[in-house]
Amino acid sequence: MVPLSYYLLLSGFLFACGVAGFLIKRNIITIFMSIELMLNGVNLSFVAFAAHWHALSGQVFVFFVMVVAAAEAAVGLAIIISVYRTRETLNVDQVNLLKL
Amino acid sequence: MSFHLILFLAFGAVCAGGAVNLLAQRHPINSALSLIAVMAALAGEYLLLGAEFVAAVQVIVYAGAIMVLFVFVIMLLNAGEEEETKGSRVAILFGVPGILTGSVLMASVVLRHSGTEAVAIGALPGHPTDIAQLLFHDFLLPFEVTSVLILIAIMGAVVLASKPEPAAGKVD
Repeated sequence: MVPLSYYLLLSGFLFACGVAGFLIKRNIITIFMSIELMLNGVNLSFVAFAAHWHALSGQVFVFFVMVVAAAEAAVGLAIIISVYRTRETLNVDQVNLLKL
Repeated sequence: MSFHLILFLAFGAVCAGGAVNLLAQRHPINSALSLIAVMAALAGEYLLLGAEFVAAVQVIVYAGAIMVLFVFVIMLLNAGEEEETKGSRVAILFGVPGILTGSVLMASVVLRHSGTEAVAIGALPGHPTDIAQLLFHDFLLPFEVTSVLILIAIMGAVVLASKPEPAAGKVD
């Protein structure tokens, strides 16, 4: 038997790692992976609360988060490919103009 | 110490270690592999919570489809080692104490105020038929809207990733 707070702490730790990676990493693909890590941390909270309150809708929300993450990954990676094609770099310090 | 707690700690250690490794690695392909490890261990946590269907979808969609897309793009762009950049001193001066206080506060609040009663293994009636009943009955409208979202995302990805055509009328 595991207390709910343990799951919440793990979820918060994953989210914090995602935030830290988003802030300190310089590679645009790694920054994007940090966002996925944050989404995974939130998903763990959803499932833990769903189990705690015996409410299945928490699991359904996890599906919607996954769908949005998949759509976001497809569009984001297409943007990364487009940025790389015009700038020849993946370093975010050198990508400081929104214009393509 | 129950068997359930031991399993939770094992999967949780893999999760936390993978997340820290994602930050520590300099090459994006190593970060991607540690993120896959995090997702697989999270699927184990979902199994412990009795959410078998979510665990299967986590492995198939997240660790399978989305991470394959990431690895594919890393290979396609031939992403190399991350370049070292000098971090700002203000970030170290205020960021590290801020993170420490924030995490201690969050941990104390979570430990004190969230229920101490344990989450039982397999407590959730996570049978796929129950989830389908919710998904296709109570959440039917959001479900249909996500299909439109995916359609728009596909079209956006195709438009963004396709090579720009040379300007019309320009002969060279």
